Amino acid sequence: MAVLIDNKAAMEPTQHRFSPYAMNGGTVVAVAGDDFAVIGSDTRLSEGYSILSRDVSKVRNVTKACLLGSVGFHGDVLTLTKMMDARLKQYLHTHGKEMPCEAIAQMLSTTLYYRRFFPYYTYNMVAGLDKQGKGCVFSYDPVGSYERESYRASGSASAIIQPLLDNQIGFKNQSNVDTSIPMTRERVRDLVRDIFAAASERDIYTGDEVEIAIIDKNGIETVRYPLRSD
Amino acid sequence: GVQAVQTFQHYFKQINLSMASAAVENFLKEDEEVKGFSFENCRRNAFLAKQGAEMPKARKTGTTICGVIFNEGVVLGADTRATGGSIVCDLNCEKIHYIADNVYCCGAGTAADTEFTTKMISSKMELLKLRTGREGRVISALRMLKQYLFRYQGHISAALVLGGVDVNGPALYTVYPHGSTDKLPYVTMGSGSLAAMSVFEDGFKLGMNEEEAKNLVFHAIRAGIVNDLGSGSNVDITVIRKGNVEVFRPYQVVCKKSERAGDYTFPVGTTVVTSSTEMVPFSALTVTDEEVMEIS
Repeated sequence: MAVLIDNKAAMEPTQHRFSPYAMNGGTVVAVAGDDFAVIGSDTRLSEGYSILSRDVSKVRNVTKACLLGSVGFHGDVLTLTKMMDARLKQYLHTHGKEMPCEAIAQMLSTTLYYRRFFPYYTYNMVAGLDKQGKGCVFSYDPVGSYERESYRASGSASAIIQPLLDNQIGFKNQSNVDTSIPMTRERVRDLVRDIFAAASERDIYTGDEVEIAIIDKNGIETVRYPLRSD
Repeated sequence: GVQAVQTFQHYFKQINLSMASAAVENFLKEDEEVKGFSFENCRRNAFLAKQGAEMPKARKTGTTICGVIFNEGVVLGADTRATGGSIVCDLNCEKIHYIADNVYCCGAGTAADTEFTTKMISSKMELLKLRTGREGRVISALRMLKQYLFRYQGHISAALVLGGVDVNGPALYTVYPHGSTDKLPYVTMGSGSLAAMSVFEDGFKLGMNEEEAKNLVFHAIRAGIVNDLGSGSNVDITVIRKGNVEVFRPYQVVCKKSERAGDYTFPVGTTVVTSSTEMVPFSALTVTDEEVMEIS
């Protein structure tokens, strides 16, 4: 009896594997100013085409001078945050002072690389004030490669947002720009708010609310704005 | 020497003849119209995919679409978001397609498939109307759709909600990509169909009036827009009654584009002009010689 093998894929042996990772979406943007740093994230947690929560911020205060933003697989985000909190507490008790921002940045890198062969599926950003009091932003890949930058977007809408940051903060691809206008906290905050509004138009995983934290020598100020909820 | 040349010439003639006949065959083949789908690239695409090349993602409509029958006719509803992967391609696309004056069709699945399928069936309905001299029936569109989609064994990814009013009264059907159909008083399709159906199961009753039906459809689509990431933007509604169709596009904007806090207009001089060529306007040309071609 002849069998018509039309669907070749069905005839090949398949192996079903459990995937330890999931993609929970979200976007983080960070900008470093002269004496402040701004880090914002959306508050939507999603999986596939469903929304898991509209009120989960991706940015955490780790110390008075430092914020950590993490997006990706939320299970790993939570575990990584717990890990960092424990290490920071140890430092505080050993040294009697809080860990400075640049040291936190390096420690995060080594923590991520420690899991090089079963990575934390997280895209991280550290924002805060350096030893000189200037704003600093560090961005990471999932296995710990990091770099200090003046601005960066990471997460699901990063490809949409990064060119806009390059244009508005880096003044790229434009000439005769008036760079004398100072980068104030309010300007950066409004820019980050508009950036998230634009990103939530075109990225399905970004939306609901944007939480923007501004860190300077006086402390951390957090503000929330609504975004599209569709 | 001469004999050799003669033999060679004889051979050459033979080759020429065979080449000539092949050329004639090809010429005849070119005249044959290539109808329907062309599968020329399939083998090459399969090879490239094996090499690890990324296939371009077809634009899907994500979508929430639904339909409901009320006492005078049918109300069809749809969202307006079209996605390509996780990016929104179109914030306000039209998912309720015209099939005939009294028959409309909502489409979910691959955008190109729903567009071409509905356009084709619309064309066939018009031809049928001219051939029979009668107003088209919903069941005719249904038959054409299901036979077309079944022929393609589900490879045409079009999931449709077909509705209209004809001599037999209001009718509402769903058509699945493999060609199966259902006849029901209320239906939902697309990635947001579960969200919309939960609203329908809560609020549907037989013999609703137009306002109740529109309101129910609006809330069903809105549930899809807000809860499903593949659906978004506005609610479009089409009301089909005997002899009258009302299109609300949009019926309601669920998520408005927010006001921007900053001003992002670029001043003149932002893009530096390195060189310019003056284009001659058409009116500056003078006509020297004119010849009018007659179309017979």
